[in-house]
Amino acid sequence: MSYLTLKNAVPAPIKEVPTQEYETFKATIKELLEQECRLSSLFAAPIELDKRIFAVMTNDKNSEIYVFATKHNQTFESLTPEIPQAHWFEREIAETHNIKITNHPWLKPIRFQPKLGEKNFPTAGDTDYFKVNGEEIHEVGVGPIHAGVIEPGHFRFQCYGEKVLHLEIELGYQHRGIERVLPQILHQKRIKMIETASGDTTIGHTTAYALNIEGLANAPISTNDALVRSIALELERMANHTGDLGAMAGDIGFMPTSSYCGRIRGDILNTTGMICGNRFGRGLVKPASSGYRIDAELNKKILDKLDLIEADVKSAIDLIWQTPSVNARFDDTGSVSRENAVAIGLVGPAARAAGVAIDIRMTHPFDAFKELEPIVPVGKKGDVGMRAQVRWHELQNSFKLVRDMLAKLNDNEAQSEIDRNICDKLAPDMISVALTEGWRGEICHTTITDSAGKIKIYKIVDPSFHNWFGLALALRDQEISDFPLCNKSFNLSYCGHDL
Amino acid sequence: MLKVIKARIHQKNRTYPFPQKMPIMDPRYAGRPLIKPAKCRADCKKCVELCPTQAISKNNDKITIDLGHCIFCRDCEVMCPSSVISFSKEFSMGANSLSSLKVTDESYAKLEEMGAELKRLFGRSLKLRQVSAGGCNACEADCNVLTTPTFDMARFGITFVASPRHADGLLVTGPVTQNMKQALVKAYKALPAPAIVIATGACAISGGIFRDNFETNNGIGDLIPVDLYVPGCPPNPWTILDAMLRFMGAHK
Repeated sequence: MSYLTLKNAVPAPIKEVPTQEYETFKATIKELLEQECRLSSLFAAPIELDKRIFAVMTNDKNSEIYVFATKHNQTFESLTPEIPQAHWFEREIAETHNIKITNHPWLKPIRFQPKLGEKNFPTAGDTDYFKVNGEEIHEVGVGPIHAGVIEPGHFRFQCYGEKVLHLEIELGYQHRGIERVLPQILHQKRIKMIETASGDTTIGHTTAYALNIEGLANAPISTNDALVRSIALELERMANHTGDLGAMAGDIGFMPTSSYCGRIRGDILNTTGMICGNRFGRGLVKPASSGYRIDAELNKKILDKLDLIEADVKSAIDLIWQTPSVNARFDDTGSVSRENAVAIGLVGPAARAAGVAIDIRMTHPFDAFKELEPIVPVGKKGDVGMRAQVRWHELQNSFKLVRDMLAKLNDNEAQSEIDRNICDKLAPDMISVALTEGWRGEICHTTITDSAGKIKIYKIVDPSFHNWFGLALALRDQEISDFPLCNKSFNLSYCGHDL
Repeated sequence: MLKVIKARIHQKNRTYPFPQKMPIMDPRYAGRPLIKPAKCRADCKKCVELCPTQAISKNNDKITIDLGHCIFCRDCEVMCPSSVISFSKEFSMGANSLSSLKVTDESYAKLEEMGAELKRLFGRSLKLRQVSAGGCNACEADCNVLTTPTFDMARFGITFVASPRHADGLLVTGPVTQNMKQALVKAYKALPAPAIVIATGACAISGGIFRDNFETNNGIGDLIPVDLYVPGCPPNPWTILDAMLRFMGAHK
């Protein structure tokens, strides 16, 4: 087994990435999986640059990241039959780079992109769907436009009466060409585009970008600035967990929690707004700096606001656990077993609810988490109830983390300068992998520079990329009417997947 | 039951008395930009070069910010050596046309209410179908939040409905990906006439940060007619509500 060992966002020369024969490549992945490592990213370089497929694997036990590659020669034998975690990545590779993947059990488009080098789009959603035949079997198609105010995607259910035998999820409607464009544009535009990669995870994604740029430019971030963006990351987690717990209550018709949480979510977003002026943290994260300072006055204002929010959120969410009719709907609905969660490489609260104790803040700490360790709640059943519980515990812990971080801010530290030309100073021919823990789970950004120090390859993996298939598994043998509830308990990103 | 009532008392009535009372925006909030043309140096184009969405142009020594492109990142304000550009706290930014989105000084065009017949039909009841066509879930979230108690847009007769057939109009977010183009046009055609279209956010108005990516269109304007533009990235919820109410003639 040979691989390049990296630490989170610490770059190394690209030439140190070993290129292996296909069989060795496959064996290396399998062996690392046996050691409970995870496949965080599997991607092909654009053909004209590099005819290799790169694997990025994460070791949650020793904070290491392993990178290795294999040549593909336009065809590649699928790893999926033996390595289920590779299935979605291989579909992406086949579609984006026109590499023929042989022996893949269910090879089809995931984004409905044009063929490589062409600009004519195929009809989105037009593909073969898994079909169940038999008397009384019926099919339910939903989307791309959904009934609520939500991003587009297509869901197709194979049902026997009310029971869902299989759910197939086809996305791609949100594909905006982000990864294609990122290496071609200037830093000032690139960071703005990454802010919208998944707009509700602006801080999670921009932090990953900033970590890579800081590593490659050898421009470390100050303690205060790291604290500010970690505070924003926790606020992002709090806002979304609050909103989703409310929406889950709404999906089963429990209106008190639904109504209160909708508002409280806004209060948390407004707290981010107090720091940077934008409720979604746009402009808050900048490599090696932060344009925004939390001075003593703002610090106090945020603390006061957190006290009010915490009392409100507790009052609203405690109702969930105190109401038997809510628990009856949450418990044992939409379960994903630990075995399946590991096999498909689930991340974030969905994985933790199924008993997989992974959290990048704990296993590969970055920014303020190098000193402040979060409590990582782990469930067992992997059902809606457990996902709700895990999110509730994380939400409560985030209040503490934000308070601890606010207490660590040093008012006497000089305000750092924003370096707008930082991307002119990147080390050439390097690779860097940055991991952060967004509110949906692990975010993985891989950055490779060329000989002139320009970004050559930029690969983003949003947690939703791992987890959409988890939602499909959760729906097996469930009532179709429980779909909204199951969906909200994951609340995955369409645009983060489609990029 | 008693616990639910206790929580209800704790949570209080939180609906903000808008538009009788104006919300107070955060000190760092970036609202409508103001330009002081007299201060601008003839030889400087720093803001034009910096702007990530090409929202700023300079012709005959005159700066124009197009709010349809602007993502309110404030880079121009920070980098301008002569303090020509500043972002105010004014959140009311809805516009009837692309031309009234262009800011050249400290004045701005007033948002006109919809025509008399439309007002008779929609002035007190407006049902909207929201279509996300490449939106990043920030605009969508700030539309969703309008249904929460703070904003409670239903008290003005505005609600989101589940089908275009039940709707008086579309509220569109996102630059319109190629993969959503057909669905968007179909949803528009499914609206019973007359109908209105609201373009919400820089992406829906101009393509925003994704402008000229071949995977997206440059907003919805080339595909369906637009009646109301709401700038921002994403627009603050008050900006969206304010624009809708002014357009309905419910707020002057």
